[in-house]
Amino acid sequence: MIQLTRLVKQFGRFTAVDRLTLTVPAGTLYGFLGPNGAGKTTTMRMIAGILRPTAGSIEIGGIETWRQPQAIKAMIGYIPDRPFVYDKLTGAEFLRFVAALYGQEGAAVERRMDELLELFELGPWRDEVTGSYSHGMRQKLVIASAFVHRPRLIVVDEPMVGLDPVGARVLKDLFRAFVRRGGTVLMSTHTLEVAELMCDRIAIIARGRIVAEGTMPELRAETASGNESLEDIFLRLTGARPPHALDAVLDA
Amino acid sequence: MRAPGVWTVLAPKCRGVVAGWLRDGEIGSAALFAALALGFWGIVFGAAWRVLHYLSGLEMGPLLAQKILDAMLVGFASILVLSNLIAALSTFFLARDLDLLVAAPLNWFRLYVSKLVETAVHASWMIVLVALPVFAAYGVAFHGGPLFVPVALAGLMPFLILPAVVGSALMLVLVNVFPARRTRDLLGVVAIAAAGGLVLMVRVVRPELLFQPGGMGQITSSLQALHVPAGPFMPTRWLSDMLMNWLGRVADPLPVVLLYTTAAAFIIMGGWLHGRLFRSGYSLAREGAERFGANSVGSRAAAILLRGVPTARREFLLKDLRLFFRDPTQWGQLILVVLLVAVYVINVRSLPIFSHGRAPLFLVTLIVFLNLGLSGFVLAAIAARFVFPAISLEGRQMWLLRSAPVDPRSLFRSKFWMTAVPLTLLGAVITLVTDLMLRASAFMMFVSIGTIILFTLAATALALTFGTYYPRFGSENAAQIPSSFGGVAFMMSAVSLLGLIITIEAVPVAGYLRARQFGDTFGLSPSVGAALAGVLVLCVATTIGSLRLGVRRMEELEP
Repeated sequence: MIQLTRLVKQFGRFTAVDRLTLTVPAGTLYGFLGPNGAGKTTTMRMIAGILRPTAGSIEIGGIETWRQPQAIKAMIGYIPDRPFVYDKLTGAEFLRFVAALYGQEGAAVERRMDELLELFELGPWRDEVTGSYSHGMRQKLVIASAFVHRPRLIVVDEPMVGLDPVGARVLKDLFRAFVRRGGTVLMSTHTLEVAELMCDRIAIIARGRIVAEGTMPELRAETASGNESLEDIFLRLTGARPPHALDAVLDA
Repeated sequence: MRAPGVWTVLAPKCRGVVAGWLRDGEIGSAALFAALALGFWGIVFGAAWRVLHYLSGLEMGPLLAQKILDAMLVGFASILVLSNLIAALSTFFLARDLDLLVAAPLNWFRLYVSKLVETAVHASWMIVLVALPVFAAYGVAFHGGPLFVPVALAGLMPFLILPAVVGSALMLVLVNVFPARRTRDLLGVVAIAAAGGLVLMVRVVRPELLFQPGGMGQITSSLQALHVPAGPFMPTRWLSDMLMNWLGRVADPLPVVLLYTTAAAFIIMGGWLHGRLFRSGYSLAREGAERFGANSVGSRAAAILLRGVPTARREFLLKDLRLFFRDPTQWGQLILVVLLVAVYVINVRSLPIFSHGRAPLFLVTLIVFLNLGLSGFVLAAIAARFVFPAISLEGRQMWLLRSAPVDPRSLFRSKFWMTAVPLTLLGAVITLVTDLMLRASAFMMFVSIGTIILFTLAATALALTFGTYYPRFGSENAAQIPSSFGGVAFMMSAVSLLGLIITIEAVPVAGYLRARQFGDTFGLSPSVGAALAGVLVLCVATTIGSLRLGVRRMEELEP
């Protein structure tokens, strides 16, 4: 579904993504992990068409993104890491606006909006401006908006931040159900237990490059880590602060 | 532990502004900005010097010059109170850093002073920009010496603090008095009160007296008759006394002492009020929940009106309209713009140039021409306020527009037409109404209305393009976006364009006046045709060139 080939993104002299190559098969829930500043969000924003790559190529469904950007974008539902929405629009107005951006309107869209708002327990707040929503409610609204136009691919950056336990459960079920129906999800998360439990395949990125990729058994084999959890594998690959360093900071 | 001071609070903002200017103002842009600033100051200085130089040759000159200074300072003071009031709502009650500052162990008086300085800077920078060349013109015309401008600036500082204290104290009281009401209701009250005050002030000053027929001699007698509310207890009078004392070599420290001690006393009183009311006001300002019915009459009417428009474009338009009318910092200023235009039209109507139903052709033509320049300036200011921030206001939501299958070019064009159509209509209607009131000839009407339409389109395109090149995506308040590097650069470009247009059009207007004066027939001579074609080409080229640059930038924009 997604093919990244030697993808590079530079901001001035800083290289955020460095010759990254990755294949995300269709119909999978793909975990994209890495420490802060590793290049996850930049990669996802390039896939969503928000940033233009400095070099390399991105193919979605076999089509190069910068050749047919509108057709590619129509296939994707993007959920950013921070849920910025228009503060002065109501939840319903925001979803209607997003649907319109994807060329959809009418009774079918209204029905879908109601279904999504109910799914995320936002029904009672549908006519409230989003400025009065909590962070979690905005997050739910943005997730709902990514599904309003029935995408084939969901690109989601840190979806669990701010969600209550019910919302988190709904989201996990939604992603699994979406994948069972043939959809593809590329998800970045710092909640490694969630990634280990949910994802079919996982890629770990550090300093803009993929350092490991595969299913959980493949990752364990690749890193010769026996029965270790994803957290241990992740820390070993990306480098963790030794405990005595933490003591030094706290005791200073 | 050392207690955090005023500078600790202000430093991040100052560094942010400097970093923003350095980032935006690369060498080419900085050179352009410097050239535009010099051009703008040159125009204001030239106009002020011309008048003051004439007055300096008269016996009553210094007195009349002080009257003009009084009138200007009264105008500045009223604008400053209003803009400080609006700025105080953002800086004292809505700013994003407030939660951090209120939660920190920060002395309340230091918090007050730092927020007061921030409010004063936001509200006053444009006044300082205009005042500087005028003060310089006073210094040159009345031989004030090289120290006059620094002295004037030193006098201006306490003068700027006073309306900042008054504006923020008023806002503090309003926020406490109207706790349950929404902020927009609050600004509605403010806008109406300000409008009343403005109309009252204009009627007291009666600036139309300056335009009585009869040449310069008549103008000086009109100046003498000008009523300026500048009594001995007005800070405007203290500042004008201080400046005129310097120019007249009079050693009287009283105005300086009055200015500085009053400013210090105001800060202490404002601080005391802040200490008593800020905590309750701050808490109350956060309690008013906003509710806007999705099925409100306005929303439904707009949806019905736009029914035939393609889906994405219609929802985009509806979204922009909803955001505009639900944001008090946006429509609050729109009310003021409408009122200012109304006051302007009323004053044109009151011009005493018609005696026994007739008026000198020269005066009418001159006023129609001046009216064109003034309308153009007002329209450029409106474009700076409402069109320039259009891209910045998409701000943090730009991820949505960039990830959706929407062509950025059509997005840009949609923004252009959405703002250009109402602005052009406004410009054409103001010019038509004032021309009719002035009984302008058909030729002057054709020139003024044609010019204002062409200029408004060009100014809108320029504003949108500058806004795309210098966006302020993280801005807390739409009203602060025009004061960024790009906003100031746009304003100067638009004023320069207007100046160029008026200079070119002076050729056909002068030819027309000559022909009418000597009873000749006025036709489309090569020079008239070339001048009018020149304005047409200049405006069309600016519009198309700006739009092309803006579209290109929009495609490259990486939020």
